[in-house]
Amino acid sequence: MAKMVTDVICPFCGTLCDDLEVSVSDDGTKILDVYNACAIGAEKFLHSQAKDRVTRPRMKQEDGSWKEVSYDEAVEYAAKMLADSRKPLMYGWSSTNCEAQAAGTELGEIVGAVMDNTATVCHGTTLIAVQDVGVPSCTLGEILNRADRIVFWGCNPAHAHPRHMSRYSIFPRGFFTGKGAKGRKMVVVDPRVTDTAKTADIHLQIEQGRDFELLTAFRVAFKGEWLPDFVAGIPKKTIYEVADTMKSGRFGILFFGMGVTQSLSKNHNIDQAICVTRDLNEYTKWNIMPMRGHYNVTGSGQVWGWLHGFPYALDLSRGFARYNPGDTTSNDLLVRDEVDAVFVIGSDPGAHFPNRSVKKIWDLPSVCMDPHLTPTTAVCKLHVPVAFVGVETGGCAYRMDNVPIECRKVVDPPEGMLTDLEFLERVVARVKEMKGA
Amino acid sequence: MPKIKLNLITGRTIQQGVAMEGGKEKPAYTTACGIIELDPEDFKKLGAYRNTNVRVTSEYGSVVVKAVDATQGPHPGLGWIPMGPWANMVVNPNTYSTGMPTFKGTPVEVEVAKGEPVWDSLTLVTKACRGEI
Amino acid sequence: MAEYLIKNGFVYDPVLGIKGDKVDVAVKDGKMVETSALSNPAEIDASGMTVMAGAVDIHAHVAGPKVCVGRNFRPEEKLFRAKPMAGIKRMEGGFSVPTVLKTGYDYARMGFGFVMEAAMPPLYARHVHEEIRDTPIIDEAALPVFGNNWFVLEYLKNHEIENTAAYIAWLLRMTRGFGVKNVNPGGTEAWGWGLNCPTVNDPVPYFDVTPAQIIRGLIEANEYLGLPHCMHVHSNSLGEPGNFTVTLDTLKQAEGIKARNAFGRQQVLHHTHLQFHSYGGESYASKSFESKSKEVIDYVNKQDNITFDLGVVTLDETTTMTADGPFEHHLTELNHLKWVNTDVELETAAGVVPYIYSPKTFIAGAQWAIGLELGLFAKDPMRTFVTTDHPNAGPFIRYPRVYKWLMSKAAREDMLDNVLKYGNTVRDRCYIGEIDREITLFELAQMTRAGPAKALGLEAMFGSLKPGMEGDVAVYPYNPETSEDPEDIELAFSNAQYLIKGGEIVVKEGQIVSNGNKRTFWVNCKVDENPQVERDIAEKFKRYYSVNQGNYEVYAHHYVPNPYVIEVDATQ
Repeated sequence: MAKMVTDVICPFCGTLCDDLEVSVSDDGTKILDVYNACAIGAEKFLHSQAKDRVTRPRMKQEDGSWKEVSYDEAVEYAAKMLADSRKPLMYGWSSTNCEAQAAGTELGEIVGAVMDNTATVCHGTTLIAVQDVGVPSCTLGEILNRADRIVFWGCNPAHAHPRHMSRYSIFPRGFFTGKGAKGRKMVVVDPRVTDTAKTADIHLQIEQGRDFELLTAFRVAFKGEWLPDFVAGIPKKTIYEVADTMKSGRFGILFFGMGVTQSLSKNHNIDQAICVTRDLNEYTKWNIMPMRGHYNVTGSGQVWGWLHGFPYALDLSRGFARYNPGDTTSNDLLVRDEVDAVFVIGSDPGAHFPNRSVKKIWDLPSVCMDPHLTPTTAVCKLHVPVAFVGVETGGCAYRMDNVPIECRKVVDPPEGMLTDLEFLERVVARVKEMKGA
Repeated sequence: MPKIKLNLITGRTIQQGVAMEGGKEKPAYTTACGIIELDPEDFKKLGAYRNTNVRVTSEYGSVVVKAVDATQGPHPGLGWIPMGPWANMVVNPNTYSTGMPTFKGTPVEVEVAKGEPVWDSLTLVTKACRGEI
Repeated sequence: MAEYLIKNGFVYDPVLGIKGDKVDVAVKDGKMVETSALSNPAEIDASGMTVMAGAVDIHAHVAGPKVCVGRNFRPEEKLFRAKPMAGIKRMEGGFSVPTVLKTGYDYARMGFGFVMEAAMPPLYARHVHEEIRDTPIIDEAALPVFGNNWFVLEYLKNHEIENTAAYIAWLLRMTRGFGVKNVNPGGTEAWGWGLNCPTVNDPVPYFDVTPAQIIRGLIEANEYLGLPHCMHVHSNSLGEPGNFTVTLDTLKQAEGIKARNAFGRQQVLHHTHLQFHSYGGESYASKSFESKSKEVIDYVNKQDNITFDLGVVTLDETTTMTADGPFEHHLTELNHLKWVNTDVELETAAGVVPYIYSPKTFIAGAQWAIGLELGLFAKDPMRTFVTTDHPNAGPFIRYPRVYKWLMSKAAREDMLDNVLKYGNTVRDRCYIGEIDREITLFELAQMTRAGPAKALGLEAMFGSLKPGMEGDVAVYPYNPETSEDPEDIELAFSNAQYLIKGGEIVVKEGQIVSNGNKRTFWVNCKVDENPQVERDIAEKFKRYYSVNQGNYEVYAHHYVPNPYVIEVDATQ
């Protein structure tokens, strides 16, 4: 007989769906099936108990092979590496809970680390823009209840946030939006005809990398001023029409993603996107929201925000908090050889950093905490497997609209496996001993 | 052999997400991410069959991936490699003081790479770090 | 546990009626005790110093999502101001939006024992509690906001007090909240469409209920439940010239209602940061703008069921943050500084905008004057509390500067003559120049300890050194017999020599020596079963909320690891 665990939170992306249902075996030990999740979330749950799961820490040997070690030995190696280093990089933090993020921050304070999270390769440029111009935003429920104009700019939720449109942004029938998708106009700006664009009312197939021009053109169009015949490959007639569509709604939302945060104009793109939203508030009600990637990158930014006042690229190496993207960010630090050890948790820089940075991790003392085998675990010296947050341990995670939700424990982790928090607490204790606190 | 010039972008796909959660060391991840999606017009210019291995080269590096049909096109002139270690061999790593590498919008050259393998992610990264590829 | 004997200090205690006598004060096992109860105390020599109970802050924005975005979007605030770690004291950062560590330490340095987070958006309650948990030393609680909540709007349209009360009790438990906060009633729901409710009679779009109905209804529901604190309101049209009429209309909603509770609270309406709501005139220009503090205080003084806090402008560069979303949009249109907005489904909104209260402008000088006038005109210091609506009118670290201004006419004159560029115009348009009153230390103790503790329903625990109270004692290096320079007030109250919090020394000789053992206070209110409200809640979660009902409650232990629960039985 199966038991159903309800109100389960999916620990994959910033959509942070909290309506999953997981059926488990009667003795509560096996996950049998997952309901309501997208394909990615389902895979996360179903694969968590795969037979080939790594269950114990492994240390890389001289000849490149791996040898299993105990958690105690792993704690010892990690503590020594951090205590001995002068300026370690502690990176990731986005696929774990806030409790682990806070314990890791305490560790970073003691060893004088630079702490950085996955925003550094995702919405870090958004954070920079917010620091320049602010951000008018809302919770996802406001969109399902009020929004009748939805713009997806430089993002592809059909692939990256698969249930976003059905749970929040396009299809729901909310309090003031009883007609659902029929009462909404959807605009997609993307250089490809993405699967999201295929469902849109309007697709602006923009010349890649020219978002800054098109965003500023919208700001001109709102005021009805002169535009050249084409901007970023879009004819001006279309720009004026879409501008009017945006102004004529009663509640609009601009979602955006990597198309604008990672292309050349980076934070300047986001700056303009936020200004577009600000400008629209002169005519009607508009908000803007970044499509956060990892399920708790937002939480990492909040934890560091309340402890030290900065959302990422947090340099604690001098005994007080400093922040300067380009200077204290992971890829820059690695490439310039400014860190002497790397500690990775809840992320995969081996796969998601440019190889030029990954080469540096290969050369340095390095530890990776991750339930999976990944390119990061392949280049590090010590791989520490841990329990899956949201599957095998609970803890707080923050959704893309900053709403905090408590993840649930559905099943126990494999016998003897530690959680991120447990491992980090042990490392903190050992480092304190080593430093004679 | 013809070489074509493209503008390379990267990003998420459902297949990349599912394969990632299944384990990046597994073949499904290579199938999902060790690819470049080309517009039919660019395939013509390249003079290659679908599912041929190609070498993608930029100012910053080079990688062999499998060339497949664009699934979210048309987008002539644009090449798409899902985010991951293959894309990260060639994307522009410069942050220009923003902290953010320039993952989207790298000029690349693509040519057929017959007989050259597409490595799985762990092998690829390990070889690259050793300077073997 | 530890025993302390604080000797020879000048003690000010409004509950015990001690007005500066040299009295020995004793702490044992976390509580205030008679000196005779001590057997082997550590002695603290408070000769030449002022001794009071730990202070109580009734309203500050120190924990939660809008505070955190305030920190994150103002990296410039941390530059050159960081305090490195020292011993057990962790790193500190920020100025008007300090990190939680700096918040706890700075309050301790000023001798505070309890701080009320002024506004908690219920959907974000977990965030508020994580920050409260990580703020060292001070006990804290948070007030969930109700004034724009869809359940409240629907129930109060038909004056359904019992249903409103049942919902309030439910939400306090879900969010581990303390009381009823009411911000820009109705107007912040209107802001969901970019609109507002400027007066108490403007109906909320769609919901068709007025702010007056919301205010009065929440007061009645609060008294129906008998909560420790009364309804705590930030009225409509904050900051607008001429808004004093709206304020009076708001205050009038309390007429005829008597306090009903088991906690010693005697008032039914607390108006917060009254300074922002006491403006006359039609614009901010000096030929039009004027202080209406007298008119507002005349009304407050005549009533006996209203308390208020000042919200004094401190003339700093600071950060405004409030659930008055439309006001913040108005502010960014005024000063063109970066603007954060967050509309929160079914519940509220918030806005954050930096602001510079420059002493070179007339208007900042007038705002400064109005906040002080309210404190000086008030006839009952037990109902008048010192705040700066931190960080809206100024950072809380300026409280001692506010004490100085209240306690010294010379200090105020110095501001008008030498600091404010338009001091003479401020004298013209405001009352400040005519007021000679100087708040005494005893009155200060009423305004910063006994008064706010009583208003919060916590007079059995805080606000006095009476045996049985919490062991919260502050010792300030201020000698009332010899000090003549008003600057001494600001210096002394910013740098407590000692703070004993819950019977433990946390500040010793001016240094932080412990991270304390803070508690999170919340109110668990029992009501009769109400199937209607239960059904309404289930329905709204199913159809309109973006989270499941099963995930709404702050249930996990790690958010509130050290709770202090106040039980209220409101069953009929």
